[in-house]
Amino acid sequence: MNLLLLIGIPLITAVAVLVSRSKQQVKWISLTGAAVQLAASFALLFAYQGQRTAGNSTQMLFEQNYKLFSSFNINFHIGVDGISVAMILLTSFVLIAGVLVSWNIEKMTKEFYFLLILLALGAYGFFISLDLFVLFFFLEISVIPKYLLIGIWGSGKKEYSANKLALMLMGGSALILVGIILLYYNAGQSFDIMHLSQVNLSGHLQNIIFPLLFIGFGVFTALFPLHTWVPDGHSSAPTAGSMFLAGISMKLGGYGCLRVATYLLPEGAKQYADIIIILSAIAILYGAFATMMQKDLKYINAYSSVSHVGFSLLGIGMLTQTAITGALMQMVSHGLMTALFFAVIGMIYDRTHTRMVGEMGGLMKMMPFISTVFFIVGLCSLGLPGLSGFVAEMTVFMGSWQNDDAFHRIATIAAAMSIVVTAVYILRAIGQTVMGPVKNESYLQLKDANWNERLAAIILVLAILAIGIVPGWLNDLLKPAAEVIMNRLSGK
Amino acid sequence: MNEFLTLMKSELVITFIIFLLLFIKIGKGMKNESLLSLIQVLLLVNFIAGFFFNKEGSLFGDMFHTSPLIVFQKNILSLGIYLISMLCADWLKKTEHLPEFFILMLSAVLGMFLLISSGNLLIFYLSLELATIPVAAMANFDVEKKRSSEGAMKMILSSAFSSGILLFGISLLYGATGTISFGELTAQLDGSPLQILSFVFLFTAFAFKLSIVPFHLWTADVYEGSPIAVTSFLSVISKGAIAFIFMSVLFKVFQPMQDVWYNMIVVLAIATMVIGNLFALRQQNIKRFLAFSSIAQVGFILVGISSNDATGLTSVVYFVLIYVFSNLAAFGVASVIAAHTGKENVDDYKGLYKTNPFLCWIMALALFSLAGIPPTAGFFGKLFLLTAGSARGNYWFIIIAALNMIISLYYYLRVVRAMFMDKNEQPVEKININPTVKLAMIICAAGIVLIGLLSWIYDYIQSLS
Repeated sequence: MNLLLLIGIPLITAVAVLVSRSKQQVKWISLTGAAVQLAASFALLFAYQGQRTAGNSTQMLFEQNYKLFSSFNINFHIGVDGISVAMILLTSFVLIAGVLVSWNIEKMTKEFYFLLILLALGAYGFFISLDLFVLFFFLEISVIPKYLLIGIWGSGKKEYSANKLALMLMGGSALILVGIILLYYNAGQSFDIMHLSQVNLSGHLQNIIFPLLFIGFGVFTALFPLHTWVPDGHSSAPTAGSMFLAGISMKLGGYGCLRVATYLLPEGAKQYADIIIILSAIAILYGAFATMMQKDLKYINAYSSVSHVGFSLLGIGMLTQTAITGALMQMVSHGLMTALFFAVIGMIYDRTHTRMVGEMGGLMKMMPFISTVFFIVGLCSLGLPGLSGFVAEMTVFMGSWQNDDAFHRIATIAAAMSIVVTAVYILRAIGQTVMGPVKNESYLQLKDANWNERLAAIILVLAILAIGIVPGWLNDLLKPAAEVIMNRLSGK
Repeated sequence: MNEFLTLMKSELVITFIIFLLLFIKIGKGMKNESLLSLIQVLLLVNFIAGFFFNKEGSLFGDMFHTSPLIVFQKNILSLGIYLISMLCADWLKKTEHLPEFFILMLSAVLGMFLLISSGNLLIFYLSLELATIPVAAMANFDVEKKRSSEGAMKMILSSAFSSGILLFGISLLYGATGTISFGELTAQLDGSPLQILSFVFLFTAFAFKLSIVPFHLWTADVYEGSPIAVTSFLSVISKGAIAFIFMSVLFKVFQPMQDVWYNMIVVLAIATMVIGNLFALRQQNIKRFLAFSSIAQVGFILVGISSNDATGLTSVVYFVLIYVFSNLAAFGVASVIAAHTGKENVDDYKGLYKTNPFLCWIMALALFSLAGIPPTAGFFGKLFLLTAGSARGNYWFIIIAALNMIISLYYYLRVVRAMFMDKNEQPVEKININPTVKLAMIICAAGIVLIGLLSWIYDYIQSLS
């Protein structure tokens, strides 16, 4: 399969959106583009699995390599392994759901969809690139769309949030930039990940470069204490924007932490693993407790995202194969789950015009569909077996437990305790909004979900169930790739 | 004779246009509109002609030197003046002295061409003066405005001062080495204290012209006072030309003293970036704002210059090429708005998107390119400058430069925010954009988007040097 399709389809869609004439056209073009993209992602999944079962054990499949800036030895080098395939699938799911839930955007529809698709384009490009320069290019592409999406279509203190997000992410990018330039000069003037993964830099250099890259990508994935853009950014963004930010953008950071920082600099990773574990354990607990205090649904999900994403960082810090597989699963699972969460919150907000938990109640009566989905996603968030959250967190814990010293055990236990807190805030939020008597008489007039909202929710719920009930396929996808990273870490 | 014609082709074409305009002026004269179209066509011809019959060689006993790279640099400047003649059409049509304006501008450009080609301190000084004095007259072109005169005065005084310093440096250098020819100078340099002293004077003169901190104080006032056409000329064309010659003087002539100038450049680059950025944060007037942002951009150019190798050379030329498109697009939008409404403040741009979406997108693209955000070309330009600058392993320098990109993003976003997000009861009314201006803006936008993605452009510049 030609990977250029994955960038080509969004590009064509974006151009088509730009030249289209009416709002209806814009929507349908975007939806078609997103659907084609989803189909392409599935085609990629099957092609990938086909190759693997046929015994093709090359690390990266479907590789293509074009010269870009030959003076700097920069190549447009793309290829996928299991991690990329999983992330691409995730992006496609969130994209199509995001397009569907934004169906009723009236203000500057064309610009909205254009930016949304540009955002997705950046994510696809990021996940398939095997050249650090190209990877960084795609990472940065998303800055403009994120800023404008929040600033124009957002709510609340949107300008402040948009600025904060853009500047903090730019700060992360600056660190990444310095990190990759350091790598470039110290590893034979190459940006190629496959080349760099063969180079063993001295421990001293790795100790310098690793924090730059890890913190840089960490900003994107809400590494404590650099998570402060998350609550503001997510809560101010429009629904589809939040879905993208939490569902995909944060995963870019996690992917970068693993693929770039940890994989290319194994000695550095070992050196700083303990700090990563401490920070992510703090993030998990702090995020969970901070969520308890929130009354705004979007803030609840934003802080719980900080907590949940902490699990992926924890898994990376544990440096065992199972834990890393779990971290990756958590990324996929959290991406789907949080996108669905924000989608549901958006649906509720569109109807009640409030996001305050205290002002709602008894929504089940008027909107059974939305309430049910809300239930499902809440249960997924607190890790109910049968849904994706359980599988992912469980794998992380199992992997963490494989480290048999006291420090790792304590960190694991601390992280696991957050599940209790999660249960408290999730159940409380659901109970107060969905159950109980109807607090506001005017809510009785509210209607349940439209076709587009139903479709978006169903797509995401199916994906969550597919991971929760039959996790084997995802595990098979991620495990070999995690093994490659592990081999590099153990110096084989 | 034949060699004279081909080697000095760029200069001769410009001279020809100057004389043509003079004759038009002395003769019957033409209506502004048709004259402007004629000038635009001539400048376009000048730009296209720059791509043919390019050879390497020198004339007049090495006083004038040219090579494909130098011709390419001249082409960038030609492209810039062509774009300015289109972007500022609204203002240009209104001026009473259109031919004089272009005579002055082209004289300055002629000076810059000679400057880039100079192979001798004498012609270097002469052409530098030729490149400066007409610009001071241009800065005063809004004669009835007091600020314009004030800006012109400041400019003429500060450039006279820097010329004095330059001459002093040249005479010291001549005393220390016994030659003023670039070719012979290099062999004579041994880093003696007198040579270092004379070099510092030379360097200061460059710093004045490039508005490197702490020699930048004239910049903001001159930029604010001048008409936008002149401001854009100053900030793009002048800066580009001086950066080119500065780089080639440092890389070729003062190569033996590279340890001396490397440290100077690092310190000044950091100061220039930081101070340019910090001052840009709070500017209200869009011209002052772009003035300080251009100071910060010069800081980035210095990062590239600090590399002292072919990569740095290419990156700087590449960056200036991108900078021409990005900065001119920003000035073009400002010029259209100022010409129609007289408004020049960032606050006046609030709610602009409602009435003028096209202008807003052009401005946003330009600002993102200046900030170095992909997919715009500015991203590639800045990244290559940083990569080139870190070839020597001075990573703190690069970290500071990278952190400066965050500060600069903040103030560029301020304008974007005003245009797209802030609400305004009375935004600037809908402006009918002149087709020529629109075309120029589209060219700029295409340049901003494509130059980075078409990666062969960089390799082409590399192959020239």
